[in-house]
Amino acid sequence: MESTILKNTYEINAGEFQTAGDVSANIKRKLKQIGIGGTVLRRIAVASYEAELNLIIHSHGGKLTLEMTPSSIILTSADVGPGIPDLSKAMQEGYSTASEEARDLGFGAGMGLPNMKRNADGFSIESEVGKGTTIQMRFDVKDA
Amino acid sequence: MKVSELMELIGATNLNPEANLDTEITCGYSCDLLSWVLAHGKAGMAWCTVQTHVNVIAVSVLMEMACVILVEGVEPEPASLKKAIDEEMPILATNKTAYEVCVLMGQAGVLPPAE
Ligand SMILES: Nc1ncnc2c1ncn2[C@@H]1O[C@H](COP(=O)(O)OP(=O)(O)OP(=O)(O)O)[C@@H](O)[C@H]1O
Ligand SMILES: [Mg+2]
Repeated sequence: MESTILKNTYEINAGEFQTAGDVSANIKRKLKQIGIGGTVLRRIAVASYEAELNLIIHSHGGKLTLEMTPSSIILTSADVGPGIPDLSKAMQEGYSTASEEARDLGFGAGMGLPNMKRNADGFSIESEVGKGTTIQMRFDVKDA
Repeated sequence: MKVSELMELIGATNLNPEANLDTEITCGYSCDLLSWVLAHGKAGMAWCTVQTHVNVIAVSVLMEMACVILVEGVEPEPASLKKAIDEEMPILATNKTAYEVCVLMGQAGVLPPAE
């Protein structure tokens, strides 16, 4: 295991649409401060926004954790339920169980998980119904 | 083209007095589904939408867009305008449709986002 240089955890509550995106904006600001930029910063920002919004829209609440090692940024989304019954379906573009309320706000395209996977250099998702969902994303950073 | 020139081109009003209208527009786009916008968003993008809630501003700021264009006369929610002012993101308002705005941008040489 590589040594962790930085670790930050952000609590995200279910249903809080009004402050949606604030955590991702924070993460982006923090990474910018430590000299991460360009496309990797963009990819992290998209992935963290999608993860944050899924926690708000679909989960009972959870945490987004940002970790940095000398070679990579690790973003972890972990929630306390409800879990995803069929992961392969959930990973398909266009599949969504978003509520009417979420759809009215422009969510529910079923693109969030595919967007995360596409933007990350490493992606893993585990889920158990009744327990929760954990997503880990790795972004490789070159030494500046 | 700068944001101020785009305003003139499409006859839009800027709703955000704190916004920087000198930003250069790099590309144009139109979509109301935020995950699609995140998939295609670029720095300097001019984005047409009928979505009016605060997440529109969150997405545009995250992508470092040049401006948000609210089409067909929709008005931003107060929270959206406040966030746009805090983040200095221009919100252009127009009665034109997204299609009309895109036609005008296209004729003026604004390209779609490069992959
Ligand atoms: N943290 C989560 N907890 C429970 N279910 C989830 C979670 N994240 C995703 N899902 C399920 O997976 C589906 C697909 O998620 P994805 O992010 O790809 O699309 P979406 O959130 O529905 O729409 P979009 O992200 O395009 O706005 C969701 O509709 C939901 O059923
Ligand atoms: Mg999603």
